[in-house]
Amino acid sequence: MKVEQIAVFLENRKGRLCKFAQVLYDANINIKGMYIADTTDYGILRVITNDNEKAVKVLKENGFNTTVTELIGFKVSDKPGEMHKVLKLLNDHNVDISYLYSYSEIGSNQAAILIKVEDNEFVSKLLIDNKVEPFIEK
Amino acid sequence: MIYDVKHETMSREELEVLQLERLKKIVHYVYEKVPFYKRKYDLAGFHPDMIKTLKDIQKIPFTEKSDLRDNYPYGLLAVPISKLKRIHASSGTSGKPTVVCYTEHDMEIWKDCCARVCGQAGLEPDDIVQVCFGYGLFTGALGMHQGAERIGAAVIPASAGNTERQVMLLKDLKATVLVSTPSYALRIAEIARKLGYDIKKDFSLRLGLFGSESSSEEMHAEIAKQLNIFTTDNYGLSEVIGPGVSGECYKKNGMHINEDHFYPELINSDTLEPVKPGEIGELVLTTLTKDGMPVIRYRTKDICTLDYSPCECGRTTVRMSKILGRSDDMLIIRGVNVFPSQIESVLMEIPEIGSQYEIIVTREGNMDKLEVRVEVADGSLLTDYKKLMDLHQKVQHNLRVILQIDALVKLVEPLSLKRFEGKANRVTDLRKKN
Repeated sequence: MKVEQIAVFLENRKGRLCKFAQVLYDANINIKGMYIADTTDYGILRVITNDNEKAVKVLKENGFNTTVTELIGFKVSDKPGEMHKVLKLLNDHNVDISYLYSYSEIGSNQAAILIKVEDNEFVSKLLIDNKVEPFIEK
Repeated sequence: MIYDVKHETMSREELEVLQLERLKKIVHYVYEKVPFYKRKYDLAGFHPDMIKTLKDIQKIPFTEKSDLRDNYPYGLLAVPISKLKRIHASSGTSGKPTVVCYTEHDMEIWKDCCARVCGQAGLEPDDIVQVCFGYGLFTGALGMHQGAERIGAAVIPASAGNTERQVMLLKDLKATVLVSTPSYALRIAEIARKLGYDIKKDFSLRLGLFGSESSSEEMHAEIAKQLNIFTTDNYGLSEVIGPGVSGECYKKNGMHINEDHFYPELINSDTLEPVKPGEIGELVLTTLTKDGMPVIRYRTKDICTLDYSPCECGRTTVRMSKILGRSDDMLIIRGVNVFPSQIESVLMEIPEIGSQYEIIVTREGNMDKLEVRVEVADGSLLTDYKKLMDLHQKVQHNLRVILQIDALVKLVEPLSLKRFEGKANRVTDLRKKN
């Protein structure tokens, strides 16, 4: 159930996001999922790549402040009510989600959902017990 | 080691007798030899014969930086140019530099005073000293170089710049002592880490002598931690002699002024009156022994305190505190006096941010705005946004407690702020343009 994500400190300054993508591109790293919210001066960019270890290395070399975080990743079918089912489950067990993002590949009938929670062990078990399909990054 | 036991451990009474004798002599000397001083003193109704006690020094007009600039390059010389042995110049912030001249006699004093500063810091004859000040017109590099040599140490004149090479030299040549600006010491530590060195294991450094810019206790603690060394501060200025005016001993409770050569006073920068004992004031220095280009009651603009009690290290010379600021780099923000050193102290105590910072002052309408930029150093803060917000608020809060005014804090990416190899210039006051 656990998925590794890289968090990157990013100043809200022209060209920084582009520079970030350039660094990964130069290292031939593919971005699988990415999330950034609108903030004023700075924000945290969250990203999942096909090679997180290498990504952290090249980002650090290029002066980016990064950290690796573990998220819970699961899949839901691409139809109404599926997301609600999982969120209700979590809500019923008082699981607090600090942030969530999703991505679905075009042409796929499933979406990957990534959530940041306090207790990864508990939530993993809860989802597995309730037959939620894990998201496993290939 | 105490380099000059006689002069560094004299009783106050003996010292004052020596100082008075030298003061009378030097004031007569400049009056006779330097037309500038004669004109100035005559105009002010002062005559060298009026010096009967040390206190009478207060009757002498001050000398200011502008006097040195106006008399560029040789106007304040007391000897023929042919007698000069060395000429240095200080970085002029505007236009012409300030020229400083040394005779053979001045060079000897300078070397001795720098040797005393090295000895105060704990430098030993078997040390290997890497001097990372820029060699050239700047007095810092050659001054400390000569002082360390006089102690008997080996000197690596590495100069400033090319930090990766500096790190390599420090490691390979097994330097035990680093001489640099405090900000450059941090830069060296940063690059050493980036190159993958374990500073404790790979380096032989044990001591740092830092000068040429003011630095807080907290910054010294940070350098001590990062480079695993004992740090000391020392002070000097080209107009007076360069380094060698004063330096910290291992007790680290102030910088011992070489008072038999440099007579210190503290004045209130506005009233120009002496401050009460223990009070903060602007340091005024008189060179008691130089013969090439003496300066009398030179206003340094550096703010500090003086402590005349004898030190546990055995020295009796007066100790000046770290420079708390400069009377001309004090920022007045919304009517409140702010010294950049206060901001530095606050920032250095917050481990999650880096040791570089920038201060920017602007004015919007009639409102001054103080912005402080710091680098986010701790990756673990990125696990959630709230931690970053908390850090942001902590920096802002701690600044408010010390400064009494609100600062706008900006968290920026690591390594994005300017690094300095010489004197750090972290303050930009954009109000002056308006």
